[in-house]
Amino acid sequence: MGRYLARRLAQAIVVLWAAYTVSFLILDALPGDPVTAMASAGLDGGQVDPAELAAIRAEYGYDDPLVVRYLTNLGNAVTGDLGNSVATNRPVAETLGAALPPTLQLTAVALLLAVALGSAVALLATYTRRRWLRQLLLSLPGLGVAVPTFWVGLMLVQLLSFQLRLFPAFGNEGAATLVLPALTLAIPTGALVAQVLAKSLLTALDEPYVQTARAKGAGRVRIHLAHALRNASLPALTVVGLLAGQLLASAVVVETVFSRDGIGRVTASAVGAQDLPMVQGVVVLGALVFVLVNLLVDLVYPLLDRRIVVAGRRRSLA
Amino acid sequence: MARVLARSPIGRCCPHAPDPSPRPSEAAPRLEIPKPVSTVRSRSARRAVPALLAGAALALTACGTGDTGSGDAGSGGEPQSGGTLTFAVGSDAGCVDPQQVGSNDTIYSVRQLVDSLTDQDPETGEIVPWLAESWEVSDDATSFTFHLREGVTFSDGSPLTAQVVKDNFDAVPNLGALAGLARGYLTGYTGTTVVDELTAQVTFGTPNVQFLQATSTHSLGLVSSASAALPAAERCSAGIVGSGPFTLAEYVQNQSITLDRRDGYDWGSSRWADGEARLDSVVFRIVPEAGVRTGSLQSGQVDAIGSVGQADEAALSGAGIELQVRANPGVVFGITFNNARPQFADAAVRQAISLAVDRQEIVDAVFPTGTLPATSVLSSTTPGYTDLSDGLTTDADRAVELLDETGWAPGGDGIREKDGVRLTLEVLWAPVAGTNQPALELLQQQLRAIGVEVTLREQPIAQLLPTLQAGEFDGAWGNVTRADPDILRGSYSTQLANLYRLPAGELDELLTAQAAAADPAERADLVAQAQELLVEEAFTIPVVELQTTLGVSPAVHELEFDASSRLQLHDTWIS
Repeated sequence: MGRYLARRLAQAIVVLWAAYTVSFLILDALPGDPVTAMASAGLDGGQVDPAELAAIRAEYGYDDPLVVRYLTNLGNAVTGDLGNSVATNRPVAETLGAALPPTLQLTAVALLLAVALGSAVALLATYTRRRWLRQLLLSLPGLGVAVPTFWVGLMLVQLLSFQLRLFPAFGNEGAATLVLPALTLAIPTGALVAQVLAKSLLTALDEPYVQTARAKGAGRVRIHLAHALRNASLPALTVVGLLAGQLLASAVVVETVFSRDGIGRVTASAVGAQDLPMVQGVVVLGALVFVLVNLLVDLVYPLLDRRIVVAGRRRSLA
Repeated sequence: MARVLARSPIGRCCPHAPDPSPRPSEAAPRLEIPKPVSTVRSRSARRAVPALLAGAALALTACGTGDTGSGDAGSGGEPQSGGTLTFAVGSDAGCVDPQQVGSNDTIYSVRQLVDSLTDQDPETGEIVPWLAESWEVSDDATSFTFHLREGVTFSDGSPLTAQVVKDNFDAVPNLGALAGLARGYLTGYTGTTVVDELTAQVTFGTPNVQFLQATSTHSLGLVSSASAALPAAERCSAGIVGSGPFTLAEYVQNQSITLDRRDGYDWGSSRWADGEARLDSVVFRIVPEAGVRTGSLQSGQVDAIGSVGQADEAALSGAGIELQVRANPGVVFGITFNNARPQFADAAVRQAISLAVDRQEIVDAVFPTGTLPATSVLSSTTPGYTDLSDGLTTDADRAVELLDETGWAPGGDGIREKDGVRLTLEVLWAPVAGTNQPALELLQQQLRAIGVEVTLREQPIAQLLPTLQAGEFDGAWGNVTRADPDILRGSYSTQLANLYRLPAGELDELLTAQAAAADPAERADLVAQAQELLVEEAFTIPVVELQTTLGVSPAVHELEFDASSRLQLHDTWIS
């Protein structure tokens, strides 16, 4: 187990490094100049003194050669210093650190909701014997994935906030503000979970071990929940790991529609202001979250399927 | 209610007229940035976001009749004290220092934290007393002496003295990139002399008539000496200590800016009611999505909203919400040519294009109700504005005649050609206002009718300046907000940045002379001549005024626009 973990950690570091390097090169190659962008921001497009531009460029190190900048920035990044935002002049790490908790809160609640809703739909669809209900339930995920997130958000806010006045339309404070955005975020995510889980449940229910269980006289519910679900949940779990990245991306839209603070809003501002250090920070943070969640998923697999652990052990013994 | 104006003794302060001076040498034409107006609901938040963020500058404004007023429309009754006003705006500039903020959405709130030396009457453009009871301007407009009011304190308890004025102005040039507006106003600044405890003399190396109006803006609002000494970034994130009618209670980035009433405040502008502000507190909520702002106002979750677009008007007026509008002063939205391009160096071609533009049609189709078509290069709320509507008529027949005379003949597809060159006008624009694209697309059709091909080149706002500097454009779409006609010099003088490559000539002399004309009547005359010349030569094609449109609940009263079409909340009250 220890070596398994070490290997996974090493992989994670490589992924992070690659994310940093690729984003650094891409952002550097983009047309446009963050320094001019910064200097002209306060002017609404006004004129900037070239001498001042040069001074700012030197201050932020933009006049160094690419390799020097890359190595310097990478070195700083390793110590947790992601540089300063060119838009606000505050440390990127500090801004991201402040924006992370509300986004984690939102995405965690959304993920729980998504898993609950998605599993419920998948279980019900595969359990029911009514054809029409099964068809209906199985078509819901497709719909959920297809509808744009911002549209769902605006509809929910229109109905539940402006018309029925049940929830506030904006803000970060209190649990009430979390309901609509989490629901909005959970719909496409839950739909994917439902799609994958329903498919693997149907496959699992055809497996010989289910027949065996049935032959032994196990009830439908028991077969469904204890035998099939356990095995069918592995692919769904993999999807949940992948969804962590998607949730972060959707947060850009959801946090904007619901006026919440968080990583999504920071991302949107950074892109709008061509705040390259901040964009890079977001990329690295995204990679970090992705790596951590998938590491976590890998560690959960063995709990669901002991063979995975055994395989891991065998390999590490060899 | 309003206190009787203590007229400034030495009346050098200009009455109506334009304020003096040029924006400093770097005053380039700033392409401005209206805030996204009717954003894009259907087009998704994803796209709306960058626009919101980018958009700072502008305010949307409108109507030339000046201030249409306060939200009290007759209802009224006696003003009451107390209560909280919740105001939803679209963006957060990430900075709560008025001297470093250029975005309207943030100016609305941080403006309330500071007082200015002077105030400007939105109706007349006249500069009136605020923290300065009186002032003198030297004949050559290089020296400004302010006599400060006694008994003014900042919210940290420190008194307002001439030294504070000096500390503020001395610090501005070092404020860095974000403080472009304030630094521009102080170009040529050579220092402030503390004449006595309450008398400060500000001097410049060159005539700087515009400085007096500049002292009325939020950008030169005074902060305490302690705040002035802080690094720019710290002032941005933690805020500053001012002497204004409200103090900063809390700033949560991307969420809200909360203001509390300053107890004991009694030194408001001469245009305001006496005493403290009426509201207990004001909460500015950052709500980027236009549809959510509108719905929040309709459902009573907020009391007022900024940046109302044409698409939202019907829903709001159906809900009994008042729209409060005012035209932004400054240079109107229009297309300014790259006058170095050979095809547009010919005045007849530029004039023909101007004649083909149907301004009223664009206004009706795209802009919020109340928006006025351009009647000069300056908007109708700008001091020194001259009505030149006779020179900005639509006459497609005459346009065609002019083009025929110049030898540009229609080619196979109807687009004119000369010596194998097509008459194409590539217009550079930034997606910072929801109205930009539809307005330009309509212009495109109007010009096609006379055989001029318009292509649109969209660029992020941050990219505009480098493109303009490099001269890689045929024409550029934009505006600039400033309640002083010196903005013309910043945009069109060939002695400054001259981004639009105007030829040197008579216009320069007019613009330079107005910057040094301490006599208001003389200055007004020079500014009028400059506007006439700009319209006659069609170096730029003014199209539409920018209108600031606010949605205000009927319970909110005396929510007033200042001369720059931003907000003044001292007198505002809720019933």
